[in-house]
Amino acid sequence: MCGIVGLFLKDAALKPQLGELLSDMLITMTDRGPDSAGIAIYGADTGGQVKLTVQSEAPEADFETLAADLGAALGADVQMTRRDSHAVLYLPGDQAEAARAALATLRPGLRVMSAGERIEIFKEVGLPRDVSERFDLRSMAGSHGIGHTRMATESAVTTQGAHPFSTGADQCLVHNGSLSNHNNLRRKLRHQGMRIESENDTEVGAAYLTWKMQNGASLGEALEGALDDLDGFFTFVVGTKDGFGVVRDPIACKPAVMAETDQYVAFGSEYRALVGLPGIENARVWEPEPATVYFWSH
Amino acid sequence: MQSIDLATQTLRDANAALQAQAAQTNATSWEILNPRGAHAIAVGLDAPIEVTVRGSTGYYCAGMNKQATVHVAGSAGPGVAENMMSGMVIIDGDASQYAGATGRGGLLVIKGNAASRCGISMKGIDIVVQGNIGHMSAFMGQAGNLVVCGDAGEALGDSLYEARLFVRGSVKSLGADCIEKDMRPEHLELLRDLLERAGIDARPEDFRRYGSARKLYNFDIDNVGAY
Repeated sequence: MCGIVGLFLKDAALKPQLGELLSDMLITMTDRGPDSAGIAIYGADTGGQVKLTVQSEAPEADFETLAADLGAALGADVQMTRRDSHAVLYLPGDQAEAARAALATLRPGLRVMSAGERIEIFKEVGLPRDVSERFDLRSMAGSHGIGHTRMATESAVTTQGAHPFSTGADQCLVHNGSLSNHNNLRRKLRHQGMRIESENDTEVGAAYLTWKMQNGASLGEALEGALDDLDGFFTFVVGTKDGFGVVRDPIACKPAVMAETDQYVAFGSEYRALVGLPGIENARVWEPEPATVYFWSH
Repeated sequence: MQSIDLATQTLRDANAALQAQAAQTNATSWEILNPRGAHAIAVGLDAPIEVTVRGSTGYYCAGMNKQATVHVAGSAGPGVAENMMSGMVIIDGDASQYAGATGRGGLLVIKGNAASRCGISMKGIDIVVQGNIGHMSAFMGQAGNLVVCGDAGEALGDSLYEARLFVRGSVKSLGADCIEKDMRPEHLELLRDLLERAGIDARPEDFRRYGSARKLYNFDIDNVGAY
């Protein structure tokens, strides 16, 4: 089944409340996806720095001296903030790939969840309420964010199988549905040099979009391409550094509701995910059309 | 009027109270406050009562309805009035996918748009939509009437049996075995009555009628491509 929530703020005054609003939306979707939960949040610009969000099964040992060790390996200043099993590393803007390579040696058990100037991804196995509390999601600020509650169908219930998936800088994807041609597409994308780390169908969808955009497509064009090249059921919500997009497959059996006011654009798998948003009573509420790309950006 | 506030009462208690009303009940008028998109509001009713839901509902509102009139003063999620037997369900806003699915009787009125699969496998229900409907509507419809004042999406009436479809606007495409048919005087009369009962001001003469070509009822090797 799975639940998706998304919130794209037009009104900067709401930015400090982004985590609070998203958290309530996410928890409301618990019965669509009680086995894992995750969020991608787009925070303030880091002024040329790049952020790497990493996850560890043994965070105490892995994170203890991580910033110093990575800083020494890169010969650069590295800052770190920790949130439970995840940590956000702040690096000079040109060091993301070097940091990934260094981490593979320094901390082979670490997984990179996301990289980019603004994106941070936090995801874990567990009830959405517990996941939200572990990461203190309510305290997070930002301009837009996407959340997912998972009821697994295509791969195991693990942190790695939870959404969102990020396969490119500041890009992320969450998915409700199941793709049926993901094995073939994974092979093709790996031949094209794309990094795909799990057996999950959604990660292939994310890598597909990243690959299209690396080859010059806009996000809108990449989503149009997904309608032709991905087989299966999907309602996708995607995030980029300054944008937020939605697309549903032509059959559109996976539910979706959107709401728009002067202050925000919101997405929910169900309307009840949106009922706590400010001004929802007067929002324009609609069901996104099948096989139609919707996109907003700052 | 009896009032049930879902902010303070459980949905289970609310539905139990509505389902407990007998045919001769004096409590004929009910309202439900703070629905907040909850699922299965006012389902399984079986008494001539009127229920107004003040807000939007989630999945399966007014499912299996008999006799009752359920009015949603908002929009409805997937499967509204699914398998309705009799009575009336009115949605002021939009309805999500498979509105009125498998309904056997009664009247479903949607004042806004209905999404995909509206009236799928309808078996006698009447559905009147003031706006547009999505793709695959009335798929395998067996009996009843679907009236659309706006436009219809792709594959309208695919694999249709005997349900009648009336559309005032455009039809993106007809499904397998669905064809346009002549509008005869009895159809205009039927349509006039449905529009009047739905409280919608439209001229029956402006609609076109679609129905089954009856070529897929029994297996025929010449039709294998259409199955």
